[in-house]
Amino acid sequence: MEKWARFLEVNSSRILELTIDHAILVSLAIFVALLIGIPLGIYLTTNQYLADTVLQIASITLTIPSIALFGVMIPIFSLINQGIGFVPAFVALVLYSQLPIIRNTYTGIKNVNPEMRDAAIGMGMKTRQRLLRVEIPNALPVIMAGVRTAVVMNIGIAVIAAYIGAGGLGVLITQGISRNDNYLIISGSIAVAILAIIADAILLLIQKRFTKKAIAE
Amino acid sequence: MISFNHVTKSFGEKITAIDDVDFTVEEGKIVVLLGPSGCGKTTLLRMVNQLESITKGEIVINGENSKDLDPIELRRKIGYVIQSNGLFPNMTIEENVMLVPDLLGWNKKKKRERFEYLMKLIGLDPKDYGKRYPHELSGGQQQRIGVVRALAADPPVMLMDEPFGALDPIIRDKIQEEFLQIQREVKKTILFVSHDIDEAIKMADKIVLLRDGKIMQFDTPSEMLAHPKNEFVSQFFGKDRAIKSLSLHTVENLREVIGLGPVDESIQDTKTIHIHQDLRNTLSMLLNQEADQVIVKDEQDENIGTITIDLVQKYLHFEIKGKMSASQEG
Repeated sequence: MEKWARFLEVNSSRILELTIDHAILVSLAIFVALLIGIPLGIYLTTNQYLADTVLQIASITLTIPSIALFGVMIPIFSLINQGIGFVPAFVALVLYSQLPIIRNTYTGIKNVNPEMRDAAIGMGMKTRQRLLRVEIPNALPVIMAGVRTAVVMNIGIAVIAAYIGAGGLGVLITQGISRNDNYLIISGSIAVAILAIIADAILLLIQKRFTKKAIAE
Repeated sequence: MISFNHVTKSFGEKITAIDDVDFTVEEGKIVVLLGPSGCGKTTLLRMVNQLESITKGEIVINGENSKDLDPIELRRKIGYVIQSNGLFPNMTIEENVMLVPDLLGWNKKKKRERFEYLMKLIGLDPKDYGKRYPHELSGGQQQRIGVVRALAADPPVMLMDEPFGALDPIIRDKIQEEFLQIQREVKKTILFVSHDIDEAIKMADKIVLLRDGKIMQFDTPSEMLAHPKNEFVSQFFGKDRAIKSLSLHTVENLREVIGLGPVDESIQDTKTIHIHQDLRNTLSMLLNQEADQVIVKDEQDENIGTITIDLVQKYLHFEIKGKMSASQEG
């Protein structure tokens, strides 16, 4: 215990700094992923053929091991002198988040009770009004579940991004492994876990805040 | 007024869902589309607000061919009620009811007044229920809300697709009565889909009986019961159609034709029945209770006579069977 206390005394500010880096990387990636994934998921509900194709591609993306995807990013982004560091990691994380976000948006809206949709059309709502007033509000719990999956997943994957110099809590773990330093490995892992738990809890709160009681039940 | 002029809907060459349907719903009347499942009644209803396309023929709504109207505009002018009520769970009762007025851009005050008026129409307190969500209401209340939501922007025409189908018989009966009461006040032109014969007889000014997309008969309920045009119609209404037709007659009709029995003051604990009650209910009341008579009360709540099974039978013989046998001979 004493050793831990000493370790934290020396390293706590660095751990906090890396945690913030980690959170910023993941938040930015998720933010951009939402801007792409949610409109795309909504659009796909109107185009069955494209939906199947896009969801297939998104599924395949998710099967690529993260270390391999980061590896592939290096030569591609080297072309614009950004081969390692923040940019390739950020792009990889955006790609990884697409599947849960697109799929949950798509299924959430597709699964809105067809009678409700029928009533909305029959009452004279335009497509946009129907989406904004009926379909999205009623699909919100499913969409938010996708976002939460993406966030928690990305917090984990971003650890690997340390290998391509993107910083974040992965730095502690990779250093710990190469120096055979268990303190670094364990503190890095715990910080990642806590970050994931907190992020998920915050998103759940946001979800509850914006979902009408009637739908949440 | 809604006129169907030789309306046909087909899918490809072979399948004809609606086959040359031609009839008119008069202003302020209820026409019930009745028939077995798959006969095309819902399709026909949904053709009016352009949820289904028309292959041939035209539907004219209050003088305008529906094809010439913008579907969005058209739908906002037509009240639409569906079986599962289709209330939006993310909106409060007030938001649900005031949806079409909102789409039409009514101001707050006008919406508020309309909402209060409509809620009073169905006997629910606007203050209490306005802020609630649909899941907090009973099935019967939700269906009532579904009906007033369709009435919200005061559309001249209403389409009702088995609106009371999901309710239990007791509540359904009550809501049907209530709806007829409202209809007497609002006098909408209504097209109503049902598969329930009793409901059709009760609600309809006229019934369209459909089979495989064709009209089998278009008539008033009593005509249809008394003079079925063909085998299908008489079979559809069943062997007990004489009893069914009792629901079209009231105690008052019976009094006018054969008169009521005298009130016997010595009999205690007899049930009473209102003079406007229909004879089918009266008959089941007589059959369900042990006494052989019920006392008839008029509007002033005075006892004006009694009714017995014998009297109902006599009336049935006179009025209904007489008409039916006449039609069979003819």
